[in-house]
Amino acid sequence: MRIILFIIQKEFLQIFRNKSMLPVIFVMPIIQLIILVNAATFEMKNIKLCIVDQDLSTYSRNLSSKFEGSPYFVIEKRTFSSKEAITYIDRGEITAAIVIPQGFERKIIRNEKNIKVQVLIDAINGTNAGVSQAYIISILQDYNKQIISKLLPVSSSNNGIETSRRFWYNPELNYKTFMVPGILVLLITIISFILSGMNVVREKEIGTIEQINVTPIKKYQFIAGKLIPFWIIGLFELAFGLTIGKLLFDIPLVGNLGLVFGFAAIYLIVLLALGLLVSTIVNTQQQAMFISFFFMVVFILMSGLFTGVESMPEWAQIVNKANPLAYFVEVMRMILLKGSGIADIFKQLIAIITFAVFMISLAVWRYKKIT
Amino acid sequence: MEKEKAITVKNLVKKFGSFVANDNLTFDVYKGEIFGFLGANGAGKTTALKILCGLSSPTSGEINVAGFDVYTETNKIKNNIGYMSQKFSLYEDLTVYENIRFYGGIYGLKLKDIRKRADELIQKLGLTNVRNELLSSIPLGWKQKLAFSVAIFHHPKIVFLDEPTGGVDPVTRREFWDMIYEAAGEGITIMVTTHYMDEAEYCNRVCIMVDGRIEAIGTPSELIKNQNAENMNDVFIQLARKVKQK
Amino acid sequence: MKKFIGFVKKEYYHIIRDPRTLFVLIAMPIAQILLFGYVITNEIKNASIGILDHSKDEVTKQISSKILSSGYFKLDASINSEQEIHEAFRKGKIKEVIVFEPHFGEKLKKEGSAKIQIIADASDPNMANLLTNYTEAIIRNYSIAITTQNSQISLITPEVRMLYNPELKGAYMFVPGIIAMLLMLISALMTSISITREKELGTMEVLLASPLNPFTVIVGKVTPYLLLSFINACLILLTGYFVFNVPINGSIVLLLAECLLFIFMALSLGILISTVTKTQQAAMLISLVVLMLPTILLSGFIFPVENMPLILQYLCKIMPPKYFINIVRTIMLKGGNLSTLWSDTLILFGMSIFFIIVSVRKYKIRLE
Repeated sequence: MRIILFIIQKEFLQIFRNKSMLPVIFVMPIIQLIILVNAATFEMKNIKLCIVDQDLSTYSRNLSSKFEGSPYFVIEKRTFSSKEAITYIDRGEITAAIVIPQGFERKIIRNEKNIKVQVLIDAINGTNAGVSQAYIISILQDYNKQIISKLLPVSSSNNGIETSRRFWYNPELNYKTFMVPGILVLLITIISFILSGMNVVREKEIGTIEQINVTPIKKYQFIAGKLIPFWIIGLFELAFGLTIGKLLFDIPLVGNLGLVFGFAAIYLIVLLALGLLVSTIVNTQQQAMFISFFFMVVFILMSGLFTGVESMPEWAQIVNKANPLAYFVEVMRMILLKGSGIADIFKQLIAIITFAVFMISLAVWRYKKIT
Repeated sequence: MEKEKAITVKNLVKKFGSFVANDNLTFDVYKGEIFGFLGANGAGKTTALKILCGLSSPTSGEINVAGFDVYTETNKIKNNIGYMSQKFSLYEDLTVYENIRFYGGIYGLKLKDIRKRADELIQKLGLTNVRNELLSSIPLGWKQKLAFSVAIFHHPKIVFLDEPTGGVDPVTRREFWDMIYEAAGEGITIMVTTHYMDEAEYCNRVCIMVDGRIEAIGTPSELIKNQNAENMNDVFIQLARKVKQK
Repeated sequence: MKKFIGFVKKEYYHIIRDPRTLFVLIAMPIAQILLFGYVITNEIKNASIGILDHSKDEVTKQISSKILSSGYFKLDASINSEQEIHEAFRKGKIKEVIVFEPHFGEKLKKEGSAKIQIIADASDPNMANLLTNYTEAIIRNYSIAITTQNSQISLITPEVRMLYNPELKGAYMFVPGIIAMLLMLISALMTSISITREKELGTMEVLLASPLNPFTVIVGKVTPYLLLSFINACLILLTGYFVFNVPINGSIVLLLAECLLFIFMALSLGILISTVTKTQQAAMLISLVVLMLPTILLSGFIFPVENMPLILQYLCKIMPPKYFINIVRTIMLKGGNLSTLWSDTLILFGMSIFFIIVSVRKYKIRLE
């Protein structure tokens, strides 16, 4: 035990003496939270729209005013030619165009079949295009309803089916509350994984690892001494990040914070052991960085941090069972936003403990004092 | 007088793939002597040294260090040896004292003992003024002396020095060898590799390696006499030529 | 020139003899394209929902089956009472619950109106918003259908045309982003690290002391990375084309030329970073913070710039990848040419010149 303490003391001295490290530990979380939380949003408002009103009638004006009134759209352009609208889309000036054809009003009044409104959407970003489409169609449906009640006076008192929405846990649909826990995960993952991954490789590169290998130090002592400092830093980052999240974004901390830290503590073991494993395989920091980066990107993108896990194909969901990040992202959001308790996250807890045991054994087994 | 053996090596072979780095080495090192391992770069000195320290495992051969078997008792060996590698291996971003404390600590010494011994050591090396300076700010010669002191800080029975004087000025080299003699005087067995032939004459016995084999072994004066040479430098050149002619 | 080639060869061997890095370099773009193409999607498919039907009549059954047959939703039958909703949300089992009031069908018939409550787990607000939107749309459709059943009323139907990407494939969006990210990674990150590495190991001094002039040394160091980046860009384009059928509607020559320009920009940025850092670790961290995060997040790669707050939109304007991604998208998908892209191209070019000038000045200071 005493020997481990000596290593921990040495690691902390080195970390805090490294001038590029302090800003990483203290400034990066703040910047990341502020920028990422604001940048990482799928919340769509102000979709830029062009109205091509070729009818210029009461009905067509009515329809376009519906778009004007919607919080999702801004009317950026108006024109009479759909060709021109397409040019605007080409240049990226607008996202979608609504073409109301000539004879629109007449057809409605005469009750003709097949009254068409053309909707043009820039679909390079397929997801966004889908959402824009849903919003546009919902406005058109509303408009339909209006026409029905106008033309069928009998049923105008008939409201049909009324729907009401209730948004639990986040009634204002504040996207930032959702992102903060996720970004926190990203933050402590990047810092602890990269720092631990780099650490042993650095000693390899400068040659000090040999001096340590020639001492009677036990494997577990070395590994514990190397991991504990980063484990502490990781937990500190979590506390720091939660404080910033609370102060800057006022995220609700509904659940039990003890549970959050407990889960994080186990998650960090998985991550640090993985970092150590990488550093036993590679010889240079460049390689370590590169391999870490590769795995990080895959882990992060699959974790459900930015995009829903449910919409992934089945095979990806199976692969995701081996992604510690996915569990952590999920659990953080469950506890912090919904107040899930230990019984609710039991499955994830078992999974992450299994990972921790597995990764630590693997790292201890791989780390060899002899070449 | 039967001398006690500190290291015995019998038929040591180390291969990296098809490359034979150490070809059937057999030698003994006696307790308290300064044993020199001489050879050109790539002759296999460092490889052999690493095997003796337990940093690398041999392909075959019987090896015993400080009374322990290299295959089965590596950890016991490590308790009894010190090592100073070719690459400078103290931490540049720690101070003089912190380096000593760290290495003392991982050898399991008590903090109280470390403090006491460290103070003595720092005073002896004349490093009192730079005790709390980062290692990166002190001259190379001092660092090397410190590295050697750290290698024997836990009072090992044997210390392995891998080209300890590389890149050091002649005055510091002389001082460095004084330290080696002092350590030997305290009963520590010293095994040192070098390619400076003048340093070979400071050793009690030397062993000359060429291309992974031992070409000659004995006291410097014996070798000079046997080869009809003027000094160690000539001995080495003659042996190296002989191998080439084969 | 001969010396220069020898030097480039040395760098080339450094890269080639390191199979792990090389593997990652080749595997990374492909893995990422596949990931983005197949895995990363925001479209809603089979979201688990609960239906709490207090009425259980013909109408509610019809609506339920309409909702469940839409493909967006999947029924989780475990919800039987309001009390169970909380627990199911907390366990993360379902995302939404649809509650029909008692006597739903009867009320609708007699009073002409009936109520449906949609309760969503809004801890993921985006998902909650989309799900409730979809649900409402289905219900509204049903409602309109029954009101107009017996009348001659005709309805306005939208005729949607998805431009450039009719099947709404994710790959269209991500291929340009991945190219930008990898070129940044290889050109800027690897270059800055490989130069600081030589500094750290002291070999940089040796090179600078050699008769090669410093300019040659730097150019020699970056040439292999330039080649590597370029090969990677082609690899991504080919994977995109053959696996995901991402078209290249514009001029390939222009596209490749723009890639080269971006690589040039990234290399000069990498050199700049290496002149201001001393250790690999510092170079890496700066690269990650200054290069990778903005490339991924502030370039419109994943998150559209126009959704961001205004300040961040301005910040995006100084991020080179933003221009590059726009250029690539325009050329590949919209078939654009230089007449629409000259401003973006000019900005990238200006940035490269700026980085080079700054690093040359920094270099001089260091040598004095």
